[in-house]
Amino acid sequence: MSTTTLTHDEAHHHEAPKGWRRWLFSTNHKDIGTLYLLFALVMLFLGGASAMLIRLELFQPGIQLLDPDLYNNLVTNHALIMIFGGVMPAAAGLANWMIPMMIGAPDMALPRLNNLSFWILPAAATMLILSFVIPFFPGGGTQINTGWTIYPPLSLQVGMSMDFLIFAIHLLGISSVLASINIIVTLLNMRAPGMTLMKMPMFCWTWLVTAFLLILVIPVLAGGVTMLLFDRHFGTSFFDAAGGGDPVLFQHLFWFFGHPEVYILLLPSIGVLAHVIPAFARKPLFGYKSMVGAMLAVATIGMVVWAHHQYTVGMSLGAVTYFMIGTILISIPVGLMVFNFIATIWRGAMTFETPMLFAVGIVLMFTFGGLSGVMLAVVPADMQYHDSMFVVAHFHYVLMPGAVFGLFAGVFYWLPKWTGHMYDEKLGKLFFWTNVIGFNITFFPQHFLGLAGMPRRIVDYNMMFTEFNVVSSIGAMIFGLSHLLLLYIVIKTIRGGKKAESRAWEGAKGLEWELDSPPAFHTWTVAPQIK
Amino acid sequence: MHNNHTNEAYGFENKPLSKPRKHDRFPNLQLCLKGGLLTATTLTMGEAMAEYGLNFPEPAAGVAREIYGIHMMTMSIATILLVIVFAFVFYSLFYHRKSRGYEADQEFHNSWFGNWSWVIVPALVLGVDLTIAGKADTVLKSVWDVPKEENIMDVKITGHQWWWEFDYLDHDIKVESRFVPKDKSGDLYLREVDNRLVLPTGVKIRFLHTSADVLHAFWVPELAVKKDAIPGYVTETWAELDREGVFRGQCAEICGTWHSRMPIVVESVSPERFAAWTEGQKAIKVAAAAEASADKEWSMDDLLAKGKGLYETKCAACHQVNGMGLPPAFPALNGSAIATGPIADHLNIVIKGKEGTAMQPWGTLNDLEIAAIVTYERNSWDNKTGDVVQPADVKQAR
Repeated sequence: MSTTTLTHDEAHHHEAPKGWRRWLFSTNHKDIGTLYLLFALVMLFLGGASAMLIRLELFQPGIQLLDPDLYNNLVTNHALIMIFGGVMPAAAGLANWMIPMMIGAPDMALPRLNNLSFWILPAAATMLILSFVIPFFPGGGTQINTGWTIYPPLSLQVGMSMDFLIFAIHLLGISSVLASINIIVTLLNMRAPGMTLMKMPMFCWTWLVTAFLLILVIPVLAGGVTMLLFDRHFGTSFFDAAGGGDPVLFQHLFWFFGHPEVYILLLPSIGVLAHVIPAFARKPLFGYKSMVGAMLAVATIGMVVWAHHQYTVGMSLGAVTYFMIGTILISIPVGLMVFNFIATIWRGAMTFETPMLFAVGIVLMFTFGGLSGVMLAVVPADMQYHDSMFVVAHFHYVLMPGAVFGLFAGVFYWLPKWTGHMYDEKLGKLFFWTNVIGFNITFFPQHFLGLAGMPRRIVDYNMMFTEFNVVSSIGAMIFGLSHLLLLYIVIKTIRGGKKAESRAWEGAKGLEWELDSPPAFHTWTVAPQIK
Repeated sequence: MHNNHTNEAYGFENKPLSKPRKHDRFPNLQLCLKGGLLTATTLTMGEAMAEYGLNFPEPAAGVAREIYGIHMMTMSIATILLVIVFAFVFYSLFYHRKSRGYEADQEFHNSWFGNWSWVIVPALVLGVDLTIAGKADTVLKSVWDVPKEENIMDVKITGHQWWWEFDYLDHDIKVESRFVPKDKSGDLYLREVDNRLVLPTGVKIRFLHTSADVLHAFWVPELAVKKDAIPGYVTETWAELDREGVFRGQCAEICGTWHSRMPIVVESVSPERFAAWTEGQKAIKVAAAAEASADKEWSMDDLLAKGKGLYETKCAACHQVNGMGLPPAFPALNGSAIATGPIADHLNIVIKGKEGTAMQPWGTLNDLEIAAIVTYERNSWDNKTGDVVQPADVKQAR
């Protein structure tokens, strides 16, 4: 497909290097994409293992397995690893692989920056893991028992692990900002001739918005944790009321980042859906323009409703009313997105390969999570739900389908393109069903636990909460172990399988399907013309 | 002042008002497995669901009832919308498949519906939003606006790592409320305390929330009061209890190691019983003050006996009953430099606390209590200093 017009010297220069140099020094978007995805896969298993330990401890009342600080440390690490190590790098991996191929560009605009933004991640992950293990060594201080929100003053009591965590967050943030700059520059400058912004594939649109969100909010988090570092070591009192500071200020800074972060995790997966659903419904996306508009609206409103995570801190009536109305209004653009997906399958000619199964699952379960989100947005009712297991159930229903299942859909959708092999469809479907059933058994009962009065982040609970915790823990084991199947399918597909055609799926549209499967090391060295 | 007796003599036995949940409740398990069906029946099932622990417990205050109402309303709206979405999706999944020979309608998005849906759908969603927000706004005002009444009863709630302090500001009573270990609380483990928050029905009560160390959150579902306890802040909530009973809750904001061990028990009693209770508390307080200020030399045995009880309620959560602590966060007292070194240093750390750690100042305890605790710590486990610390020594050290 890609016609090569390179001279001999250039062609030689652009061959893939062999061995470890190929990966460590890589400036190739496909190799870096692969690195991101492998990194995310490792982190998925680390974060998943910590979640399974949490659920094992909660299987029965009493403290059986984990002492309270270790439990809270795992709660903290599960969140941080999944968000910063799992979902964000996986989404960046998809972006690296797909954006140049989708817009007809030879590579990312800033290949060396691309290399740097990936290779910061293993260092950051090392810091993060160190923050977890250091307390087990003599003189290592106490464990991080704060949850991922690291609210002061509790986070001021934690030992040196907290400092490792703060620097890990800085590194992760730098990596994300660099990757975002690269994606924005690529999308704005390197689209094939004729591809106007409103002709850009939806996955590119979602990443463009995500990248802007990241650049806007990551520095705020970095500032917040730096102030925390100063409070811990240099006697400032930003968050200490006794020194004229304000503990709630940290919460505002954290959630100014934390709420847009939800959309950062969500949007790339929405982008994947906008490709998968039309492909398997064999019919164009119902409303391209309204999707773009909805996404911009979500990102804009999403930036200004952060304090709905802190309704109980004692804000004024005016403030909570504003945050409540703003949050409820987000249901309009999000509803429009879900509607667009339903209207796309409506009167389509659907088949149900694994990516489509995940896509349909997302539409159903994400709607459920979104609706419990509207319940949580209502301030007086949130006086009850806040910090209970109901919240845990809610955000897992949003983030698992909304973010993780979307990434799974993307991986299954593009795996044939990346490897040149079709994955085993039977195993793929088996993975979908065990995964989704396990997920629902885990999180559905947690709604009831929350309503009955079980707070989140507790290591031990009264026996009145036993039944639902047993069910939830059994579900969690099914859910957690099902990911071994994913690993097996991916390895099997890389090693071999039915040869994938250029257009691996009958209904797939877009420039990436014009390329060979697997694509050459360098693609679109001559830009395609878009009509 | 700091009585350690339980306040249970006011008509309620040591069990929750709602049916205690025992192991023989497998019907519930089945109910939960049918969860998918449940959502469709939330409207009529509200009461029954509360009974089975599937919904909030029955409210015990006016504000809580309003909150319960809006919870049921939004849950019903959410359920209806969910059913509509599921119906459309499943219809489509069934009929619009290639295997049934269905041909995709390539022009669907260009129909009039395609052109106008981006207006129609947001308008419909906005309608739903306004319905919810309108009702929510009314309820929010009554929850947020604490009644401005002269005779409102004030209770200051202070969160500590890991116990609650209740100050009845109008009655000059202070209650310390701590978790009760499993051997004494049985089935109510983690839902039972030594001293309850006793409150009268039919009186508007303002709760003032604050914290002495890290964030906590006071949460009792029947009262629908949840507010963060923030050091340096005083935040307000209010309630007017409309039925008697025992209502149980827990700390809802993560506060460190023993976050799970901060239960809250509210005992709602008639105003008459409440008056009797306050009289009893005042008598206890007067007796304790008299005892502490009596200019008396205490024998080591008396101090040790007193000190053991005080140590096990106030100190053992961190330093452990066996004095071994939970290093590195909570150092051992057994053989420690402080507990076996100069008495002055020992008194100082107990009275003033230690900056930057979970060790808080205990200066609010009276001289006798501190003397008893310090004597106990210096003469227990392997600590054999033989020191007897008298209340007078404590007075001097303050």
